[in-house]
Parts: sequence; C-alpha cells; structure tokens
Amino acid sequence: MAKFIFKRLLSAIPILLGVSLIIFILLNVVPGDPITLMFKEHIYPEVIERLRREMHLDDPAYIRYFRFIWDALHGNFGISYKLNRPVTYLLLNAFPRTLVLALSAAVFSWIVGIPAGILSAVKQYSIEDYFFMGFALCGVSMPVFWSGLLFQYIFALKLGWLPVAGYAGVKYYIMPAIVLGWSSAGTIARLTRSSLLEVMQNDYIRTARAKGLRELPVIFRHALKNSILPVVTIMAIQVASLLSGSIITESVFGIPGIGRIAVGAIQSRDMPLLQGSVIFATFLVIIGNIIADVAYAFIDPRIRYD
Amino acid sequence: MIDGRYNKILNVNSEINKNNIELKESDELRRDNVLKEVTNTFKKNKIAVIGLFFIIFLLLIAIFAPYIAPYDPYAVNLDLQFSKPNIRNWVGTDVFGRDILSRIIFGTRISMLIGLIPTFISMIIGIILGLLSGYYGGKTDFIIMRIADIVLAFPSLLLAMVIMYTLGASLLNIFIALSIVRWAGISRVVRSQTLSLKKMEFIEASKAIGVKNWNIMWRHIFPNCIPNLLVLFTLNIPGAILSEASLSFLGVGAQPPTPSWGLMISRGKEFLLSAPWVSIFPGVLILIITLAFNFFGDGLRDVLDPYMKY
Repeated sequence: MAKFIFKRLLSAIPILLGVSLIIFILLNVVPGDPITLMFKEHIYPEVIERLRREMHLDDPAYIRYFRFIWDALHGNFGISYKLNRPVTYLLLNAFPRTLVLALSAAVFSWIVGIPAGILSAVKQYSIEDYFFMGFALCGVSMPVFWSGLLFQYIFALKLGWLPVAGYAGVKYYIMPAIVLGWSSAGTIARLTRSSLLEVMQNDYIRTARAKGLRELPVIFRHALKNSILPVVTIMAIQVASLLSGSIITESVFGIPGIGRIAVGAIQSRDMPLLQGSVIFATFLVIIGNIIADVAYAFIDPRIRYD
Repeated sequence: MIDGRYNKILNVNSEINKNNIELKESDELRRDNVLKEVTNTFKKNKIAVIGLFFIIFLLLIAIFAPYIAPYDPYAVNLDLQFSKPNIRNWVGTDVFGRDILSRIIFGTRISMLIGLIPTFISMIIGIILGLLSGYYGGKTDFIIMRIADIVLAFPSLLLAMVIMYTLGASLLNIFIALSIVRWAGISRVVRSQTLSLKKMEFIEASKAIGVKNWNIMWRHIFPNCIPNLLVLFTLNIPGAILSEASLSFLGVGAQPPTPSWGLMISRGKEFLLSAPWVSIFPGVLILIITLAFNFFGDGLRDVLDPYMKY
C-alpha cells in the first residue's frame, strides 16, 4: 500500500511541472508591461527601470521560469502586485475556507445523492424515482451562481432564515454548501441508481431472493456493496468539479477562499497572485485524486497496488 | 468477331452492375431498418423527445431572434427602469430599462453558438489527437496523453479563466478558451476506442492490403467511433453553455452590453431584492437549455450505445 501511494505521488510531479509551465507561458505572454498595468502609467520611466530590474523582468523567459520553479519549491510564489503581501500567505489564509466549503458540499452530496439513488433504483419508474431523478438533473443542469442567487433570494432575503453572505460561522456555510453540493449530489444519485439497477440483475441477487431474504437485506447486504464502486470513483472526479464550483460559489456568497482570490486576481490583473492560486488549486485537485485512488484501492482488493 | 467479344464483355458488365445494384439495395434496406429501429427506440423515450423538441424550439428562436424579439435588446429607456413584468414588457426591464425578454431572445444566439462551436472544435482536436494516440501508440501516445493528463488536472473553469486573462475578455476569446479546455476528455475516449478497434480483423486486413495509415484511421476507425462521439457531443454542449455563463457571470467572459445570460444574471444580482426578475428569468433559460441537451443526450446514449448507460 505504501508503495502504491508513493508511486501515485511520484506520478503527480510531472503533471504539476506541466501545469506550472502552461500557467507560466499563459501568464507571461500577456501583452503589456506588468508595471504599467500596476500603476496605470502614473509613474516615472526611471522607476519603471528600477522595478523591472528588481523584479527580474528583463531576464530571458526560461531563466524566469526556473527561478519561479525554484521559489515555488521553497513555498514562495512571489508578492501580490495589488495587495502587496506574499502570495503564499494569502493562499494559506484563504485555504481553510475553501476546504470547509468543498468538504461540507461533498458531505451534503453524499448524504443526499446516495440515498436518493438507492430509492430511485428500488422503486424504478415510480413517482419517487421521477422526483429524485428530476432533482438530480436539475442539480446537474443549473448554473451554480443562479441557484445561489435563488437561495439567497428565498432563504435570506424573503424568509430571513440564513445570512445572505459572509463567512462568520457555521450558519454562513449552509447555503453555499447546499448550492455547491447539489450538482454533485445529482451526479452521484444518477450513478448510484444505474449502478444499483445493473447489479440487481445479477444471478446472486435472484439467489438471495430465492432463499427467502427480504428485499431490504438483499439491497443493502448484497447489491449495494457491489454497486458502490463506480460511485466512489466518481467522487474522486467530483473533487475537481467542487473546486471549480467553489470559485463561483465563493464569489456569490462572499467567502474569501482560493476561488475568490483567483477571480479578484484576474480582475485586478495581479499576475503573481493568479499564478499562485491556479497552481495551488490544481495541486489540491491532484492531491484529491490521489486520495480517491488510494481509497478506491482500499475498498476494492482486486485493484493491484503495483 | 470483335463485336461478339465486345457484346460478351458488355453482358458481363451488365451482370456485375445488376449484382451491384442488388447489393446496394440490400444495403440500403438494412440501413433503413437500423434507422427505423433507432428512431423507434428514441421515440419511446419521451423525455428525450421533449429534449429534442426544446432544442429545435430554441434553435429557431436563435435563428429568427430579430423577428421574434418585441424590442431592440440594446435600446436604453431610463423611464422604464426596473419595470415589473407587465403587458408591455412580459418579463420586465433591467437597470437601463431594456426589455429583458428581447435580451433573453438574443441571448439564445450566444448560448447556442457557445454550446455548438467550441464543443465542435474541441471534438475535432480531441478526435485527431485521440486517433493518433491510439493508432500509433508508443511515443506519440505518451506525449499526447501526458498533455491530456495535464489539461485534465486543471479545474477547467480556472484554466478557462487564465486563458481569458491572457487573451482578454470577449465573446470570441471564450470560443478559443473553451475549445482549448475541453478536448482532453474527448481524446481519451477516442483513444480507448481506437485501441480496441485496432486489434480487430478488418483493420489488420486493411493493413495487410496496404491501405495507408491515415486512410485506416479516417475511413475505418473514425466511422466506428461516431455513435459514441455523437453522444459525447450532445452531452458536452450543456457544459460549454454553463462555462460561458459562469465566465460571463464572473466578469471575464462576454462584456456589457452583450445580452449573454450569465452576464445578465450577474448584472441583476445587486438588485435581487428590489428587482429579482432581472436575474431569475435568464437563469430559467439556462436551466431549460442545459436540461434539454442533457435529456436529448441521455436518450441518444440509450439508443446508440446501450452499454454506456449510467
């Protein structure tokens, strides 16, 4: 097992290098000088010269890339143009909020998605089935920012049950987590349903029924165990989509997490901050995928560790 | 004597032609039957038919937008600022007194274009790279698949945002960004199909009689991927539409006064309490269009590929 984890971690290194290279290229071919962009031309040419030298902007691109990688390995992503603080500090400060949001959304999607999928499969083509599948499809098809606004309008502005936006306590995370988790819940419910339906057609299910077991034990003891594997796999992929989704959710609900930082960095054309936040977010996705892979190997002993 | 021989040849020729015609007819018959079967299974799936109906409906709206829209979507009328839905403006007006219904109708054009064109371009990139990767294997496969791994590692919205940062926020650049972001998943599907098809006898036979590689890929492998690709295409459209809406909502996509649905929702969010209709109605349309493509795509998958169901 340790070897398997080590190998997966090792395979992440070239991907991270590729990610950093792509981001570096994309952000460094931007037309326009970062210093003039920063100060909007209210600056003396001599100062520009000095700043260019200080920020090593006159070095060839490959040297700047290697310097960037070297610094990044030491946890240094430069200093934000706009906020004038170390990018690493800003990101580490924001990370817990994104983590709390993504995790609570994930938990919501599991506790809603899996039971909904099971119920739909057990009562295939019933009203419940159609209801849950409609709920699931809506989740998949609805833009997160729109459902977020709807929730804000109904539950915060009209009913006054929950705060509109902010991040001061548990109460503030309820709406964002539900909004963000809904689409994942939809995917999980659909997958659980189809996977369970497929497993229920197996011979051993007929055997279990034939020996006189009631329907509930048949489903929970025999069918569910075998149908949950693809669901676990999709959970891994959900990590990435939850992070993508949290970019928007954070913007709607005013939670200053990684996604909000990235959006702000784009708006203020803050290159080091954007660079850092994208690489950090991608790093999180890769780590999430590795955790899911390991969990998958743990659940299904047929998957070889080598 | 020459005439006799010529006649013989003619006879033989006409015989061959007759056979050919018969062959063609039976071919067509078979194709007709398959088509009938497909349409029949599809028709039974009522939800998919509803999806198709909505897609056609929205396409017509997009095409004939200038004739359907009651007002000019850009016409500012400050006297009508934030009118509630009424007889003149069916779904109300926005902060500039512009008719929201007309803006939604013109927005259909943007969403349809965004749904279809970048998805199509990314399909082409994905198909070509997937075919090359699966068919040639070895180094080609390794390089293409590692690049795909890297693209897939990004949260796709974030990558699109960075590309928009580089290119500048505009509608055209969304096309480019979404085409670049979405090819990787498609190339993986095409690659795995190519790998399994490559081992089949008819490909071996084509190789043995000396058919050129690109001919094998284009004429023998690619057509066998088409059913799956059609499903992928339909199911990728809602994702592209949602991405555009998200980018525009975040302010890095379409710029005002473009009637993009995402942008309209974002402009309306500050007035949510006093004028909720500004944000709500464009969102309803996004929901309808993505649902329609999802319904249709699911139905298509059930018909074309019963094993891929989930």
